[in-house]
Amino acid sequence: MSARRDDQADCDLAILGAGPAGAAAAVEATALGLRTVVVDEAAAAGGQVHAIAPGVTPLPRDVDRAGDAMRAALARSGADCRTGRRVWHLERHGDIWRVHALAEPSEPGKGGVAETVTARALLIATGAVERHLPFPGWARPGVIGLAAATRLLKAQRLLPGREVLVAGAGPLLFLVAKTIVEAGGRVVAVIDARRRRDWFAALPAMATRPDLVARGLNWRRELLACRVPILHGHRLAAVAGDAPALHAEVVAIDRDGAAPSGGASVAFRCDAVCVGYGLLPATDATRLAGATHRFDESCGAWRVDVDDDQRTDRPRLYAAGDGAGIAGAAAAPWAGRVAACAAARDLGALDARAHGLRAAGAKRSRDRAARFGAAMARLANVGDGAHAGIAATTLVCQCERIDRAAIDAAVDAGCTTLNELRSATRCGMGPCGGRLCEDAIARLAALRTGRTQAGVGQPTGRPPLRPVDLDALAGEFDYASLPIGTPAPL
Amino acid sequence: MTRRYDIAVIGCGIMGATAALRAAQNGMRVVVIERDAAGSGASGVNAGTLSLQIKRVSLMPYALRGHAWWRAAGDAVGFRETGSCTLAFDAREQALLEERMALKREAGAPIEFLTPRELHAREPAITDRVVAASWCAVDGHADSSRTGVYLRALLREAGVETREHAGATGIASIDGGDGGFRIDLPGGELRARRVLLACGAWTADVAARLGVTLPIRVRVNTVSVTEPGPRRLSAGVGHATGLLTLKQKSSGAWLIGGGWQGRGSPQEGRGEVVAETLLGNWRLARFAVPSLAHVRVIRCWTGFEAWVDDHLPLAGPLPGVPDAWVLACVRGGYTIGPCIGPLVADAMLGRAGDLPLFDPARVLASSAPATAHA
Repeated sequence: MSARRDDQADCDLAILGAGPAGAAAAVEATALGLRTVVVDEAAAAGGQVHAIAPGVTPLPRDVDRAGDAMRAALARSGADCRTGRRVWHLERHGDIWRVHALAEPSEPGKGGVAETVTARALLIATGAVERHLPFPGWARPGVIGLAAATRLLKAQRLLPGREVLVAGAGPLLFLVAKTIVEAGGRVVAVIDARRRRDWFAALPAMATRPDLVARGLNWRRELLACRVPILHGHRLAAVAGDAPALHAEVVAIDRDGAAPSGGASVAFRCDAVCVGYGLLPATDATRLAGATHRFDESCGAWRVDVDDDQRTDRPRLYAAGDGAGIAGAAAAPWAGRVAACAAARDLGALDARAHGLRAAGAKRSRDRAARFGAAMARLANVGDGAHAGIAATTLVCQCERIDRAAIDAAVDAGCTTLNELRSATRCGMGPCGGRLCEDAIARLAALRTGRTQAGVGQPTGRPPLRPVDLDALAGEFDYASLPIGTPAPL
Repeated sequence: MTRRYDIAVIGCGIMGATAALRAAQNGMRVVVIERDAAGSGASGVNAGTLSLQIKRVSLMPYALRGHAWWRAAGDAVGFRETGSCTLAFDAREQALLEERMALKREAGAPIEFLTPRELHAREPAITDRVVAASWCAVDGHADSSRTGVYLRALLREAGVETREHAGATGIASIDGGDGGFRIDLPGGELRARRVLLACGAWTADVAARLGVTLPIRVRVNTVSVTEPGPRRLSAGVGHATGLLTLKQKSSGAWLIGGGWQGRGSPQEGRGEVVAETLLGNWRLARFAVPSLAHVRVIRCWTGFEAWVDDHLPLAGPLPGVPDAWVLACVRGGYTIGPCIGPLVADAMLGRAGDLPLFDPARVLASSAPATAHA
């Protein structure tokens, strides 16, 4: 790595994530004259919602016009779009952000190429991760997340199975089920943790985007037309057996997500299970960058704290899209534009008046769409009753194989925060970095300590954001060139 | 009602906790006050290396006794006596190694020299670029992340009151009466006859509240861990300069440290990993053990190490403040803490130990005498 002068940067604005927020921000930023670099780990821009796989041609009915338009606008914008890069570290030296990335390896087994982008401003638009609720069998082959299922279906054109049980909460439930049916699979049932009246209660907030309400109702209608059973107020309790012969047990739950003892249970046979409980803002990058986060009680999730202009409390650090609070794909491009305007203002490319005019419309559109998205996020946030019912022997952290009993025992031994629990049990410390289990661990810790989830805290942000191949970064060197310092005192 | 204690220890790391345990054994009523969680500072984030080869010669008697404490702690802290080797890759490093390890052996560490052939017979994964090596069979490691849980359990068992997540908002000497100290905590004040400042990199901040400026400096040490891989290495690996610690844990995960510097300060709250220095650390590790290639690093972090110019401990009375004591800046403190903590606790009750302490007064500039009573 060559020495860098702190006062020179490769670009004005670096954007992490080429999803709806990041791509719109890049288009706006270049239009405002900012030299912009966009970095994304996927092979093509689009984010999760508009993911495509190179070389896979979509069928005519699957053509994603919005995604294609987004990619075309990004290509036209003149932004330097670097896809296939995994960002592993963020640093701020002087007034400059350093974004450390690894390019995809040229061939399998090779490590990849290290690359550092320096920027005067940094926008983090890394989207969301899926919330999981641990249950016996959730690590079995054949059981995947709803978000993973959408990627499989949309980007790879693969069915998760022929006979699929779709379970969880939130709008992805119906999107996944409908897409499986369209792609020729059978959905044995849709298991929705929410009752119908919960959906009705969300209607006032959803009314800000009647188009999205209509789309959702359509999905549901299509499923009913195919005679797919939809069980509201139920939750997946366990999956047993080995794929393709899986046995799923489904139980009725109360408003808080708890399954009353002796309550009814229904069994399903299937060859795959898709399950997820909504989305959580991906906060690993914003934590690593040192921004302040706050806990959003209504959605039950941490998010980076941003002002009306998408600014965090770190200098020239912005966040937009679901990472700054689940607001949905419809709100994300507007938030991205607002962030780009703020960066342009802060870098001196827009004066106050021009900034106010340019950002105002985007803010209105963002807020209107965000009300819909936030209502969906609340709907997907199933109560703590579901977590209270997790059995002592159920694995909570899959990577380190930590069950609930171990977490409860660590709390009883005096651990009160997520950081302490991680140190004491190694939970959330495996290759997934806690993305799969952090929410469940925090909720279990909150239940056991009697604290709020906010009181349990977030883990400290640490690099690498994704596991990195040691050789890719540290491979080629000459021993004599190693900067070995003064020997330790004798 | 204000709670009263014989001794208040500020800082629940390995130093403060082992001092508190001894004070309680001595019949004192003790409280330990910790702004974060027990063992959450350097005691919990260091690389867990318990190596006599990287201890200072003058601290070797302390390191030997501390090492015995960790061995006794055993499985509860993940203690493993793996043995470790220190490597030299060129003539300069060989000279350094031979000079240093001979002195450490004289000081009591069971260190021997190995030929490269003998080294490879023991640890075939180590590079053939080694020109000289030393070996210490009792070296090993612990899981530093489990330190806090272990210390907390010991303190509970000993009846020592601990106040975690309770940053002291104020600390002051009480004039008149019986003297002693008033400590303001979020939940109310408490009083103690004596205080011990054992808060690592934050020790100077607390001392400053008592009117004493300690010239403590801070290093920001980086540690990395990989995901589990095939077992290739049993022993710990170090470098003649002391700038590498490398071990493969029983899980198969590799732990890479050696004091490569990150950024940040205790006052800012956390340190930051610097990519550039991290790569130097990884390269040295990879050079020592070539099979480290294509292992995925899953986490890197930093810890603060306090030190003063002569790299010797501050262990004794806080100059100018009667009944205030300090224990910090112990190089190799994770190993040595369980030895020097009890020594300081004994000294606070006027009991002379069998090993000398390190008077903090030596680091204060003679032209600026410390003043008591903030």
